[in-house]
Amino acid sequence: MGMLEHIDAVTLARAQFAFTVSFHFIFPSFSIGLASFLMVLEAQWLRTGDATYKILYRYWLKIFAVAFGMGVVSGIVLSYQIGTNWSVFSAKAGPIVGPLMAYEVLTAFFLEAGFLGVMLFGEGKVGKELHFLATCMVALGTLISTTWIISVNSWMQTPVGFLINAHGQFVPAGSWLTIIFNPSFPYRLVHTVIAAYLTTALVVGGVGGYHLLRTPGDAGVRRMFSMAMWMMALLTPLQILAGDAHGLNTLKYQPAKVLAMEGDYDPSPHGAPLVLFGLPSNAEARVRYKLEIPRIGSLILRHDPNASLPGLKDFPRSQWAPVPIVFWSFRIMVGLGFAMLGLGLASLFARWRGRLYEARLIHWGAMLMGPAGFVAVIAGWVTTEVGRQPYTVFGYLLTAHSHSPLAAPAVAASLVAFVIVYFAVFGAGIFYVLRLMAARPMPGEQGPPSIPQHAAGVTPAPALDADHSLPGALQ
Amino acid sequence: MTLDLTIIWAGILGFAVCAYVCLDGFDLGVGILFPLLAVGPERDRAMNSLAPVWDGNETWLVLGGGGLLAAFPVAYSIILPATYPLIIAMLLGLILRGVAFEFRWREPRHRAMWDIAFSTGSTIAALSQGMILGAVLQGINVVDNAYAGRWLDWLSPFSLLTGVALVVGYCLLGATWLLWKTDGLEQDHARRLAGWLGGATLIAMAVVSAATPYLHYAYWRRWFAMPGVLLTAQVPLLVVIAAIIFFVSLKRGAERLPFLITLGLFMLGFVGLCISTFPYAVPPHVTIWEAASPASSQMFMLVGTAVIVPLILAYTFWAYWVFRGKVGTHGFH
Ligand code: HDD
Ligand code: HEM
Ligand code: HEM
Repeated sequence: MGMLEHIDAVTLARAQFAFTVSFHFIFPSFSIGLASFLMVLEAQWLRTGDATYKILYRYWLKIFAVAFGMGVVSGIVLSYQIGTNWSVFSAKAGPIVGPLMAYEVLTAFFLEAGFLGVMLFGEGKVGKELHFLATCMVALGTLISTTWIISVNSWMQTPVGFLINAHGQFVPAGSWLTIIFNPSFPYRLVHTVIAAYLTTALVVGGVGGYHLLRTPGDAGVRRMFSMAMWMMALLTPLQILAGDAHGLNTLKYQPAKVLAMEGDYDPSPHGAPLVLFGLPSNAEARVRYKLEIPRIGSLILRHDPNASLPGLKDFPRSQWAPVPIVFWSFRIMVGLGFAMLGLGLASLFARWRGRLYEARLIHWGAMLMGPAGFVAVIAGWVTTEVGRQPYTVFGYLLTAHSHSPLAAPAVAASLVAFVIVYFAVFGAGIFYVLRLMAARPMPGEQGPPSIPQHAAGVTPAPALDADHSLPGALQ
Repeated sequence: MTLDLTIIWAGILGFAVCAYVCLDGFDLGVGILFPLLAVGPERDRAMNSLAPVWDGNETWLVLGGGGLLAAFPVAYSIILPATYPLIIAMLLGLILRGVAFEFRWREPRHRAMWDIAFSTGSTIAALSQGMILGAVLQGINVVDNAYAGRWLDWLSPFSLLTGVALVVGYCLLGATWLLWKTDGLEQDHARRLAGWLGGATLIAMAVVSAATPYLHYAYWRRWFAMPGVLLTAQVPLLVVIAAIIFFVSLKRGAERLPFLITLGLFMLGFVGLCISTFPYAVPPHVTIWEAASPASSQMFMLVGTAVIVPLILAYTFWAYWVFRGKVGTHGFH
């Protein structure tokens, strides 16, 4: 405990929240895209009757089941941690963020949860169309929950449509539509949904690339690799455009955040440079060892190389975010975005030459980039969230005034417990997912741990039949 | 009389909590009983009876938390820090058991380990929930609408008592659920367990009911002052009637009735709680009106809730219907 005496409860609570929310976001960013992918696979199977789609559907469904389960349990943690760690924030912002999150539960989580059982275990128990409906509902549910939670987060970034009452609470001032469709919401939503689709495409492409290197002729592997590469080629340019638009929006509403991302301490009245790399330091108020290209910064942010830009020094120091974190996380995201663009373009070129399934370099590239989406997504959120500091509700409620009255030892103990449990449990889960991925989709592909149930009265209970293999032992 | 949104919201949250306790109660209960079930078909069948529905069951907990934040932000911001270690323990317990549903099928050699995770996780979650209830009932130290106690205030003989009582009650729900969903040897086992647990649950209810009025004079007056006592006395009376039906139906070999009666017992317990605490959101200091969010927030949510909750209930019933009947141990394909 000796070391912990120097760390206060607030820092520990922040560390804990950052840890759990980042962990959570890893799973949804994959399952949002995967749910839609499964919907497409099942639709294609129903439409064409091509068994390859069915095999792929069942293959990815098993992986989906594991990833989704981890998303659910890590998400439940968050809905309570807002109160345990940020009770003052909850009491003050509750009248606004609470209803939005309640709508998320009502419109999305129940939809997913209600239809998930049927999607995972209902094959053969309900008709094909009804089963497809369940898949669609689950996919729709993930998108609806993204919409609401992004709306909440965006309101915290660009709060509008509220008044502050006598108790210091944020209360709705007029129309809820103003609050829901706050200024940064559309940009953030589009950017995040595309991010989730890209993350999934990268994973599917990575698994496809891995198996193409070993069994190039397999029809299922070829099909999924090709689908993933189409997604990469189509979505990366869109994502870059969306990111650009998002940046312009942020410049309008949270200029200090963009300046932190760019590493611009000094104002540039005659056109800002683009700082490629360097070591920002808040203490010295400059970027050391910087490598920059003149005027490109203004070209990107103002679409005019000679336009002026402010610098962080135009803002009080107390409003500077921790620049080094934001600066680097932003570069990681953008760098990976361009690497994805490269992969997408390379696949287009190979496809045009008719060599998509032979180009081993691309298969290697896809395999190595399999996890890149997760890294980009986390880097993007760190940029957004750390860049919002020192506020929780931007401009109105300081992080330092948002936390709960907690004792440091209690928070320290629970932080340790979270770290241990998360690494053990989700480590095991990721191991199981990787093992499922290591096998290639097979014609006899089973669904998730085959649901061992039968409708009333159809078959006598086979309970003690010794020679039945156990469910799950099938693969 | 004007329409009091705050009372409506207290009712809706009460409903969500009830739905959660009844639904997740039986699947937590099966988890707690897991070590008593034989390795192999008995455990597999128990697990399979829950797999398609547990996620939906747990979502009511998210609605409870989310609804509390939205409709009673002040209560949310007091109760959660006040019971911090219990909440964290509950969450970690729910993680351990939640992943076991998928993970135990993934690798036969790890199955024993995930079975342990499933039962310890379920037990920790149930115990914490019961203790949270006890901690709230016994009263929370509030100054200026914020939690003002120390971080171990929640720990008391009373909260331990309610914790154990809830574990026992969930076990009864779990046993009667298995009684309904299985047959043959497993069903006989579940029936024997239900007999014992039925007795234990009634004792636990009696002890908690006897202890509660001693916590605060207000609770005491609620239950025993005239003329209210004429009404409140109905609750124990109904419990006795339910108990008799329970044991008779068990004896007669009923399959579904014991589960339904157990649900009834839980409802009665809940009515008893409401009698003790209404209209406090955080006894003994903060009433639901003091904890409420503004009418515009409550109204906005009410519109959605009134439309969507019936829909949710409809497709939840549908999902239970799809997976009706007894469970087996082997694949359907
Ligand atoms: C971009 C999307 C996104 C973001 C930013 C978040 N989530 Fe999430 N969340 C989802 C997208 C999602 C999802 C894809 O919809 C999940 C994954 C599995 C699931 O059931 O839904 C989910 C699950 C999930 C669950 C489990 C629901 C269930 O039982 O089905 C809860 C309680 C939360 N989340 C709560 C949160 C909170 C409080 C967040 C922020 C602090 C948050 N999520 C960020
Ligand atoms: C799911 C993706 C998300 C990730 C990866 C993420 C990440 C982070 C990180 C790293 C921090 C710590 C920042 C710091 O202390 O310097 C943080 C803080 C916080 N985030 Fe997020 N966040 C996410 C979504 C959300 C959403 C949707 C909400 C709104 C409900 C939210 C609310 C908060 C709050 C209240 C804090 C604490 C105050 C603060 O330190 O800023 N986050 N988040
Ligand atoms: C070169 C391409 C990209 C550009 C120019 C870009 C730009 C941005 C900008 C400006 C932000 C906003 C930070 C803020 O809130 O102020 C952001 C956030 C984010 N980025 Fe990107 N991005 C790019 C690529 C990607 C990629 C490839 C992914 C994931 C696959 C991604 C995922 C995210 C996420 C999840 C966030 C946080 C959510 C949000 O605020 O939208 N980005 N990005």
